[in-house]
Amino acid sequence: MNTVTTTSSSAAPAPSPLQAGRLAKARARRRVNAVALTLSMAAMAFGLFWLIWILVETFRLGLGGLTWSVLTEMTPAPQAEVGGLANALFGSLLIVTLATFVGTPVGVLAGIYLAEYGQKTWLGSVTRFINDILLSAPSIVIGLFIYAVVVARFKTYSGWAGVLALALIVIPVVIRTTENMLSLIPNALREAAYALGTPKWRVISSVTLKAARAGVMTGVLLAFARIAGETAPLLFTALSNQFWSANLAGPMANLPVTIFKFAMSPYENWQKLAWAGVFLITLGVLALNIFARVVFRNKH
Amino acid sequence: MDVKVELPVTEKAKISVRNLNFYYGSFHALKRINLDIPDKKVTAFIGPSGCGKSTLLRTFNRMFELYPEQRAEGEILVDGENILKSKQDVSLVRAKIGMVFQKPTPFPMSIYDNIAFGVRLFETLPRVEMDERVEWALKKAALWNEVKDKLNQSGSGLSGGQQQRLCIARGIAIKPEVLLLDEPCSALDPISTGKIEELIHELKTDYTVVIVTHNMQQAARCSDYTAYMYLGDLIEFGVTSDLFMKPKKKDTEDYITGRFG
Repeated sequence: MNTVTTTSSSAAPAPSPLQAGRLAKARARRRVNAVALTLSMAAMAFGLFWLIWILVETFRLGLGGLTWSVLTEMTPAPQAEVGGLANALFGSLLIVTLATFVGTPVGVLAGIYLAEYGQKTWLGSVTRFINDILLSAPSIVIGLFIYAVVVARFKTYSGWAGVLALALIVIPVVIRTTENMLSLIPNALREAAYALGTPKWRVISSVTLKAARAGVMTGVLLAFARIAGETAPLLFTALSNQFWSANLAGPMANLPVTIFKFAMSPYENWQKLAWAGVFLITLGVLALNIFARVVFRNKH
Repeated sequence: MDVKVELPVTEKAKISVRNLNFYYGSFHALKRINLDIPDKKVTAFIGPSGCGKSTLLRTFNRMFELYPEQRAEGEILVDGENILKSKQDVSLVRAKIGMVFQKPTPFPMSIYDNIAFGVRLFETLPRVEMDERVEWALKKAALWNEVKDKLNQSGSGLSGGQQQRLCIARGIAIKPEVLLLDEPCSALDPISTGKIEELIHELKTDYTVVIVTHNMQQAARCSDYTAYMYLGDLIEFGVTSDLFMKPKKKDTEDYITGRFG
């Protein structure tokens, strides 16, 4: 018996000290890997849990209140029989679209300046710093600011004030994405364009911006999605309106403020509409996010 | 280091470098370079990494000016005119001296527009003539047969070797007089490399070609003249076969026989 064990152990010789050390290291590495993987999976599950819960609740409560009249009827009086969110949907779409149209050119131009002209300049660093502050500024601060400089001065809540407030949220997002996307374009591409004798503005407009357009467009779409749900800036600016209005000079209905107002009310029909509104906004933002990712995915 | 650079009397110099010093910030990257690049010939720059061969090439079209911390002192005469000092617009210098880079860099547009882009900067051609010019450039770059049916497709859909020939076609399309090639084959497979080397051979009937390469066999195969550089100095310059067969300097011999570098 004894001889058998000896022969089998000589068939698989004991690992050398170097190899033993390596094996121990590899075992330790696998342990650390398992722990890190478990922790990150747990963190992901924690995040997803709440997200899925929110989605499930929204769908459960929102889908129930969703009828055709939500899209066609105006916001109703408390305890009315019929009513919808047509004016709020229209107002939101108008304000958010206009804000994107106002904010995007400003943001793209500033982003171009930061990435192509002011990388290492004093002005560039200051602009970048201020933009970072604006990017993380609470939206209620922006709402109050527009309230003070526009609403208080013209003595009326207005759709335009709402457009301005939301544009101020769009701008820093677009600046940041434009700068980042342009910085990702390899210098080799710029050099290749310059090597043909291309002037700088043509290099930027025809080559680098074109190469970065998918990323920039994604940024714009995500900014659109972000402001679609902003409530605080509109509460102080566009306020709300119970009726259909396309007059940007006066108060305008919009989805977030209507949801806020209806959800806080004691009336059942208003609460139902609030859930329907939440459902619509969630669906819209979700669809926009998926759209942005799918359409521009292959371009990165 | 001063190197006697005299071209054989039969050659005419297209580019003459005179006492060129180059700095990256405070780093002295090229030291008193004197060199004549012969007209309608292929000249290769060889040397170990960091020797300054690409840096030298990038002074010929003032590419370094894109980076504020880089500067060149001395003279680079192209047809007798100093491009470093001249009041001439840098874009006109670059239209005359084209460049192809290490990695293929197709622009984010169609194959046709990749070629037409540079032409449109300097010429307003009717559609028919532009079509002819695009075809001519693609034929010159030996790419026409592979892309003639998909001119409207994106240039980035081509293979690496095709992209590089597209970049060469793009450079040729604006009818430069000099073509600078900065390691044009280093990112390519052997077959694409072979095609580009053939192409270089044909290009020298019309153009002055300067090529930077890490590959000594490539320099030996496709150049007429070779310059060996080391640590910012031009060590030796001469007819390619002479430089490879009977180098005058010990350093050159060590490098080409693979003893260092």
